[in-house]
Amino acid sequence: MKYQSQSIAKLYFIAAIGLFVGQILFGVVMGLQYVMGDFLFPYIPFNVARMVHTNLLIVWLLFGFMGASYYLVPEEAERELYAPWLAKLMFWIFLVAGAATILGYLLVPYAELAKLTMNDLLPTMGREFLEQPTITKIGIVIVALSFLFNVGMTVLTGRKTVVTIVLLTGLTGLAVFFLFAFYNPVNIVLDKYFWWWVVHLWVEGVWELIMGAILAFVLIKITGVDREVIEKWLYIIIALTLISGIIGTGHHYFWIGAPGYWQWFGSIFSALEPIPFFVMTLFAFNMVNKRRREHPNKVATLWALGTAVMAFLGAGVWGFLHTLAPVNYYTHGTQITAAHGHMAFYGAYVMIVLTIISYSMPIMRGRTANGPKAQVMEMWSFWLMTVSMVFITLFLTGAGILQVYLQRYSDTPLGFMVVQDKIELFYWMREVSGVIFLIGLILYIMSFFVKHDDEVTA
Amino acid sequence: MEKRGAQAPLIFAMNSTVKQSEITTKYHLPGDLAIWVFIFAELLVFGIFFLSYAFSRAGNVELFNEFQKTLDTASGAINTLLLITSSYFVVRAVTAIKSGDARRCVNWLAAALLGGGGFLVIKSMEFADKFSHGISLGTNTFFMFYLSMTFFHFMHVILGMIILAAVLIKTRSGGYSATEHTGVETGASYWHMVDLVWIVLFPLVYVIR
Repeated sequence: MKYQSQSIAKLYFIAAIGLFVGQILFGVVMGLQYVMGDFLFPYIPFNVARMVHTNLLIVWLLFGFMGASYYLVPEEAERELYAPWLAKLMFWIFLVAGAATILGYLLVPYAELAKLTMNDLLPTMGREFLEQPTITKIGIVIVALSFLFNVGMTVLTGRKTVVTIVLLTGLTGLAVFFLFAFYNPVNIVLDKYFWWWVVHLWVEGVWELIMGAILAFVLIKITGVDREVIEKWLYIIIALTLISGIIGTGHHYFWIGAPGYWQWFGSIFSALEPIPFFVMTLFAFNMVNKRRREHPNKVATLWALGTAVMAFLGAGVWGFLHTLAPVNYYTHGTQITAAHGHMAFYGAYVMIVLTIISYSMPIMRGRTANGPKAQVMEMWSFWLMTVSMVFITLFLTGAGILQVYLQRYSDTPLGFMVVQDKIELFYWMREVSGVIFLIGLILYIMSFFVKHDDEVTA
Repeated sequence: MEKRGAQAPLIFAMNSTVKQSEITTKYHLPGDLAIWVFIFAELLVFGIFFLSYAFSRAGNVELFNEFQKTLDTASGAINTLLLITSSYFVVRAVTAIKSGDARRCVNWLAAALLGGGGFLVIKSMEFADKFSHGISLGTNTFFMFYLSMTFFHFMHVILGMIILAAVLIKTRSGGYSATEHTGVETGASYWHMVDLVWIVLFPLVYVIR
C-alpha cells in the first residue's frame, strides 16, 4: 500500500461483505418461499424479503465501489486522499442509514414506514428497487456527493490517468442518474419511463464504466502490461458500452406505453450490448496472457478473469436471450428475467467488487498476497459461488422457458399460479443451488481468517 | 492514442508460393487499431438498421413506396457527391502528409471539412422541411426508419468532422510527419466509414423501390 489513506477501503469492504451475507440469507429464505409460500410468514413476507434482498445487493455493491475508489484513486493519483476524515464519516452515515432502512423494512409494515418517514411530503417510495424512504434517498445523495467531492478532488489535484477519469465519469453518472429517483410523476407511463433512467442507466451504463475502470486497474497491477495498452482497451470498451447501452434503454420501453419506435431502437441497440462485455473478456484474457510478471496473488487473477467471463454470459448472452421485442413479447417479466438478473449482477458487479477486494485486501493487511492455504480456500469459494450461480441461472431459465410456454405460448394457456405449481421442481433445484452459493460465501469469509504464513509469499 | 495499436504491421496472409523477396509492399492497417474496432462496431449498428429496414419494408412495401416518393432525392444525391468528394480530399490529405507536406495536408483536410459542412447544411434543410410538415418518429414505420437512420448518420458526420478538425489542428502545429502520421490515417479511416454508410443509406432509403 503506497498511501495511508487507501486503508479506508478496508472499512468499506468489510461492510460490503457483511451486507452481502445478509443479501444471500434473504435470498435463500425467499427461494424457499417460492415453494413453501408461508415460510416465516407473517414475520418476513415474500415482498419484504425481496425488497431486502435487492436493496442489500445495491447497497453493498455501492460500498464495494466506494471502497474500490478509495483504494485505487490515491494510488493512481499519486497522493493521499483529499479528505480521509470525510470518507470515514460518510462510511458511518451510510452504514447507519442503510441498516436503519433495512430494519424499517423488517420491523414496520411498508405503509407504516412511509407514514413514519413522511413520504407524503415528497413521495418517492413504492417503486421497485427504489423502495427506500425519501429521507434515506436524501442521505444517499449526500453520501454520494461527499464521496464524489472527495474522490474528485483527489483525482483533479493529482496525477490524472485514464482509469481514474473513466471511474470518475462512471461515479458522476451514478450520482446524477440517481436523482431521477426523486422524480415521481403521477402518469404511470412517465413514472416507469424515468424509473429506468436510474435502473437501466446505472447497470447497463455508468456502472459498466466503473467496472471497466476497476478491472483495468487490477489488470495493470497483476499483469504488469503497459498502461497505454490497457487504457486503449478501456477506451474501446466504454465507447461500445455507451453506444449500445444508452439507447439500449429502449428495451424496457416495449410495453409500458412509450412510442412504438422504441421496439426498434430498443431491440437494435440492446442487441449490441453484449459486445462491450465480449471485448472485456478478450481484454482480460489477452492482458493476462501478455503478463510481464507473475503476481503471487493468483486468486485475484482468477476473479478478474471470472468477472469478465461471467459478465459476458450473464449480462451479454442472457440479456440478449430476451431483448428482442418479438421475443420479449412472450418472456417479459418471467423467470427468464430473473435468470438474467441473477447471473448479470453476480458476473458483472459482485465479481468485480470481489476482484478488487481479493487484490487489495492482502495488501492492506501488509502482504502482497495471501498464503497458498488462504488462496486455495478462496479459489474454492470462487468455484462454489460461480458454479452454483450458473446452476441458479440454468434452473431459472428452465423454469422461465416452461412458464413462457405453458402460460403464454401454448394453444391452451394456463393461469399463473397453476404454472407456478408445475415448475416447482425447478424452484427446488434453484434453492439447493442457492444453499451451495451460501456455503461458498461462508468459505470465502473463512479464507480471510486463515493464518498467514509469511515465508510463502516473501 | 497516437501510438500504433497493432504493435507490428498487420501482414495479410501471403500465398506460400510467393517468395519473401518478391514482396515489395507490406500491407498495414491504416490508422490506429482502436478506430477499426470502433468502425466495425458502427458498421454493425448501421448494418442491423439496414436489415431491419429491409425486413420491415418487405412486409409493408406499399407504405414504404408511398412515403419514399416524398423524399428529396436531388438533395440526397448532392449530399452523396459531397461526401464522396470529401472522402477523396482526405485521401489527398493522407498522401500529402506521407510526402511530408503538412501544409497541403492541412488544406486538403479543410476542404474535406467543407464538404462535410455542406452535407450538414443540406441535410438540415431536409430535416427542417420534414419537421415543418409535422413528420416525426411516430408518423409511420417508414419515417421512423428514415428519421432515425439519417439522424444517426448525421451525428456521425458531426463526429467525423470533429475528428478531422482535431487532426487538422495537430497537423498544423507540426504533430504529424512523413514518418509519423497514424493520426491522419485514423481520421481518414473514420471519415471513409461515414461516407460508406451514406453510400448504402442513400440508395436504400431514397431510391430503391
